[in-house]
Amino acid sequence: MIKKIISSVAIATCLTVAGIASAETKVGFVYVGPIGDHGWSYQHNQSRLALEKALDVKTSYVESVPEGADAERVIRQLAADGNDVIFTTSFGYMNPTNKVAKKFPKVKFEHATGYKRGNNVSTYSARFYEGRAVLGAIAGKMTKTNTIGYIASFPIPEVIRGINAMTLAARKVNPDVKVKVVGVNTWFDPGKEGDAAKALIDQGADVITQHTDSPAPLQVAEKRGVYGFGQASNMKAFAPKAQLTAIVNNWDKYYIKQVKAAQDGSWASTDTWDGIKAGMVTMAPYADAVPQDVRDYADSVKASIVDGSFHPFQGPIKNQKGEVVVKEGETIPDGDLAKMGWYVEGVDGTIPK
Amino acid sequence: MLPRLIKRQTPSASMVYLSPVLALLLTLVASIILFLMMGVSPAAALHAFFVEPISSVYGLSELTVKATPLILIGVALSLGFRAGVWNIGAEGQLILGGIFGGTTALFFYEKTGFYIIPLILITGIIGGMLWAGIVAFLKTRFNANEILTSLMLSYVAALLLNLLIHGPLKDPDGFNFPESRLFSDSALLPILYDGTRMHLGAIIALVAVGLGWILLSRTLLGYQIKVIGDAPAAGEHAGFSPSKIIWITLLISGGAAGLAGAIEVSGPIGQVLPNISPGYGFAAIIVAYVGRLHPLGVLFSALLLALSYLGGETAQIKLNLPVAVTGVFQGLLLFFLLASDVLIHYRLQFSKQAAV
Repeated sequence: MIKKIISSVAIATCLTVAGIASAETKVGFVYVGPIGDHGWSYQHNQSRLALEKALDVKTSYVESVPEGADAERVIRQLAADGNDVIFTTSFGYMNPTNKVAKKFPKVKFEHATGYKRGNNVSTYSARFYEGRAVLGAIAGKMTKTNTIGYIASFPIPEVIRGINAMTLAARKVNPDVKVKVVGVNTWFDPGKEGDAAKALIDQGADVITQHTDSPAPLQVAEKRGVYGFGQASNMKAFAPKAQLTAIVNNWDKYYIKQVKAAQDGSWASTDTWDGIKAGMVTMAPYADAVPQDVRDYADSVKASIVDGSFHPFQGPIKNQKGEVVVKEGETIPDGDLAKMGWYVEGVDGTIPK
Repeated sequence: MLPRLIKRQTPSASMVYLSPVLALLLTLVASIILFLMMGVSPAAALHAFFVEPISSVYGLSELTVKATPLILIGVALSLGFRAGVWNIGAEGQLILGGIFGGTTALFFYEKTGFYIIPLILITGIIGGMLWAGIVAFLKTRFNANEILTSLMLSYVAALLLNLLIHGPLKDPDGFNFPESRLFSDSALLPILYDGTRMHLGAIIALVAVGLGWILLSRTLLGYQIKVIGDAPAAGEHAGFSPSKIIWITLLISGGAAGLAGAIEVSGPIGQVLPNISPGYGFAAIIVAYVGRLHPLGVLFSALLLALSYLGGETAQIKLNLPVAVTGVFQGLLLFFLLASDVLIHYRLQFSKQAAV
């Protein structure tokens, strides 16, 4: 008994001493959805856990924060609570993040997918379109009906880039491919996403993909015997036969790098847009259904993106009217990709104006 | 031998007002059990939920920011609910108010003038009234169920906002993201206390409580609303027009929700976004009922619900509690309130006699 008391006192003392000695860095996270077990916010949270493992930091987070008036309060509270670095992980947090950043000049803010920076605000995002190009290469080779179904969330540049990259890559290996786009006006609604998947399959799509967060489209694909891809997370558990591969977001390296920089004083406001090469965009293992030649080809696309010999948006690129908008030998610059608002040839759909 | 519910002859008058208090106490007890089961100290959790959010000036100011739309809509909805007019679509009317008020703000972009803010608020009211007016028209002309029409129009309103924010309201320099420009300073509601976000809307909400109270207790219209709601036949016999009451209560609640939408975009948000409201229009229904459909009660219940949102955020930051706890807490409160209400109006009878 006495031994127990002594040891617990000893442990407590150790903990206090350690707490004082390290003055550990505090890092806060704001998520747009619930952590759940897959999807956008889940991946950010996985990287928060990786950060905790890699560095001597204490993290906290708030999930399901609406992208309206509430965001500013939550971000401010994290700042007032003594966090040294705060990651706000959705586009809608852009203005609230910058507003709070002005009031807390010593705190470093990291905003995902936005374009407004400040002295203490960095922005970061991933070149998910590189992953889409790999999906397009596989889909173009796998489709028998030459019809790929694409479930889109909102007509924003991020989503449009993905649709275009996939279409270009698929038509490169199979010029007859058409990509049918259905917008569902939500990031997460399993019912709507599933219905959209059914509609696309009914219209002849035998490979589908989605820029939404739930595994519902993949589950529909599994049931209907067509192929699909996981989005943001490896969703193999939901559709072991249907998922050919998945784009898996990985923020580990970036979060560790930025927090380390904040710790040693080298942090500076930057804009990061990394892809497959930096390990921010990764691909889940191929399913058994993917034949060897398709694997080899997909790997070669990936390798050519990494070594820079291929860019998913290199010319010639035609728009939906069939006019050449990017000439052979040219590549769409980042600035234009950032605000992309038009579809390439082969996309069956319209962007609301 | 299932217990049966027997209607009481005369429900206790004092219990009608005490049931929210009872419900709150039961909610506290249930949440203490919940926290214990989750391995969290109930004292720490309750402190994070109810004390910490309002233990600073900034926290108190945020409470008013969060409660303002709930109070405005809650007071107005209770008028309709008193009259038996079930406007479930305040969310849509709020969105229309945001669209109208936001469009006004963007129309006067980079202009100055004392008239801009009043115009934003007035156009917001008009937007909400128009949306609720559709419901009133369908109800009085075709006897269409207002619960369905008002609810469905909420979805239409959300889609309309989406259409506009991807189109004409989109920030021309915003990289094609669905957001409007940030409003100019002259289109932002004045801040009441420097360094916080407490804005003019808090005062407007208090005025609404006062107006609602006067309307219900001191005017003929208030009397008509209560009579039509309690005894429609008697009301009609006395010559009160039910369709007039339908129109008036829907226009008031629509106008108030529209005003709340305009206040949100020109207050704490400062621009038009695809999501103006995190469901204030629906939460206000709970607020109205927890507040016993009485303006003062609504004021308190709105503050309580607002506090539970703020507390949920604090509990996440301080104790790593999941966001679902906030939802569970709000659900428990409503559940216990409804249960208390049932037992006020009915009593349980345990008898072996089978139900007929």
